[in-house]
Amino acid sequence: MSDFYREVILDHYKNPRGHGAMEAPDAQAEGMNPLCGDEVTISVALADDGETIDEVKFEGRGCAISQAATSMLTEMVKGRSAAEVATLPKEELLEEIGIPLTPVRLKCALLGLGVLKVALHRAKGTPLPPEWAGLASELEIS
Amino acid sequence: MAVTSPPKLDARKLRADFPIFEQQIHGKPLAYLDSAVSTHKPRPVLEKLTEFYETSYANVHRGVYTLSERSTAEYEGARQKLAQFVNARSEREIIFVRGATEGLNLVAYAWGLVNLGPGDLVVVTELEHHSNFVPWQYIAGRTGATLKMIRLDDNGELDLSVLDSIAAEGRVKVVANNLVSNALGTINPIEKLSAWAHEQGAIMVVDGAQAAPHKAVDVQALGCDFFAFSAHKMCGPTSVGALWGRLDLLESMEPFNLGGHMIRKVTFEKTTWGEVPAKYEAGTQPIAEAVGFGAAVDYVTAVGLEAIEAHEHELTAYALEKLADVPGIKLYGPPPERRAGIVSFNLGEIHPHDVAQVLDSDGVAIRAGHHCCQPLMHKLGVAATNRASFYLYTLPEEIDRLVDGLHKARKVFA
Repeated sequence: MSDFYREVILDHYKNPRGHGAMEAPDAQAEGMNPLCGDEVTISVALADDGETIDEVKFEGRGCAISQAATSMLTEMVKGRSAAEVATLPKEELLEEIGIPLTPVRLKCALLGLGVLKVALHRAKGTPLPPEWAGLASELEIS
Repeated sequence: MAVTSPPKLDARKLRADFPIFEQQIHGKPLAYLDSAVSTHKPRPVLEKLTEFYETSYANVHRGVYTLSERSTAEYEGARQKLAQFVNARSEREIIFVRGATEGLNLVAYAWGLVNLGPGDLVVVTELEHHSNFVPWQYIAGRTGATLKMIRLDDNGELDLSVLDSIAAEGRVKVVANNLVSNALGTINPIEKLSAWAHEQGAIMVVDGAQAAPHKAVDVQALGCDFFAFSAHKMCGPTSVGALWGRLDLLESMEPFNLGGHMIRKVTFEKTTWGEVPAKYEAGTQPIAEAVGFGAAVDYVTAVGLEAIEAHEHELTAYALEKLADVPGIKLYGPPPERRAGIVSFNLGEIHPHDVAQVLDSDGVAIRAGHHCCQPLMHKLGVAATNRASFYLYTLPEEIDRLVDGLHKARKVFA
């Protein structure tokens, strides 16, 4: 159990990074896991180049995995290019989370990343990759 | 007059019948507190399935050879056991279905599509499982009927004071309710609702999935018209259940599934239906599962439904008392004397998934989620709850382990 709720996950859950709202974001989306009621809204501000992620904020509530994963995500993507994050493989986030997840908990873990991808693809006018479209519809991301 | 003490069962002894308990989960004995969703299977049921496949299996009804006759006798024997189990007047009133869900869909489609229309009311309750809610919402929408809801009071019990005002709004044609709520354990006043439904000229449709495994059921005493339940929640196999219905209704209703076995005569122009229950059993049925359902009825009957009910009642009272001492806990549902072996709760702000995950690491299995009761979760103002549920094999020390796990979860998320 102590393996599951690793110190770093509990830390992100209890002290979420990048928590809060953003005025006039360049990209924004929200999602919800209807199975367990996890909710996440992510807002992104881009730098003047219109490409670099300058700031990421999230609001939400739900289980420790969904909220900690989204908090970790905000730290991971800051300063990277929107195009890079839009195609970021989920494995990079899962490695950071670093615990074995059952299929049910995997959806909690990927909620934030799915929301961020939808936000960025919509802002850029690019289509969401097919491997994320199914999850986006399952997690009611819009 | 002789005073009879309530019947007792020996859960520790019964556990030896269940091979699943011979293992450890994360190095701890399995404390399975999720029987409301599905129960484990005792050896007599597992052995019956194997024996049937090894000695008697063939498709039923159509064969003229010995094996098919043997298989048919076992299948129809199970129907007889089920008829007796719910006190049906005839075994023809038992339809084998895939589970309670399919039984309730059968009524909604076969009865509802033909008999409902604009101005008609379908009355459900805020306590319904989606299986006795969504089919009615859908069929009401298809036919132009109106869906009405009986709401809950703060105890998690139905507020029957609204019945008259509902009746004033149109023709009540269907009343749908579970005998026992899967989410809160509330035991509902079906007798009263049946009487009211019949005064309105409505049919009374009962979801018995959470009741049949845990207490003696008498459909005559309940006064209902349909009663659906599932084998897998009462020590039987998955993929089979039973719908009991009044024979006159089953005979006058349209069929549900169409195909082989349910016909009398088929020509290019027209098909006529077979006799009840064949009329509702198109295609190859879950034959071995139905036979296993019969074995499950034998098993729970031998243990004794009254003893099971008393055992669960004792566990529920114990659990509610112990859980009330856990700081930050919020318990949902009625007092122990009016509920079955189900306890729903939330632990402070800790998400039920996180609570269930911490408990799993100690080998304690509970359910966390909306329990297929989203309207009820909305009413309670939560996205999900934790739910512990008990059965004939549950031990009091498993409830102690649940409580210990909750203290641990509080520490982890403090």
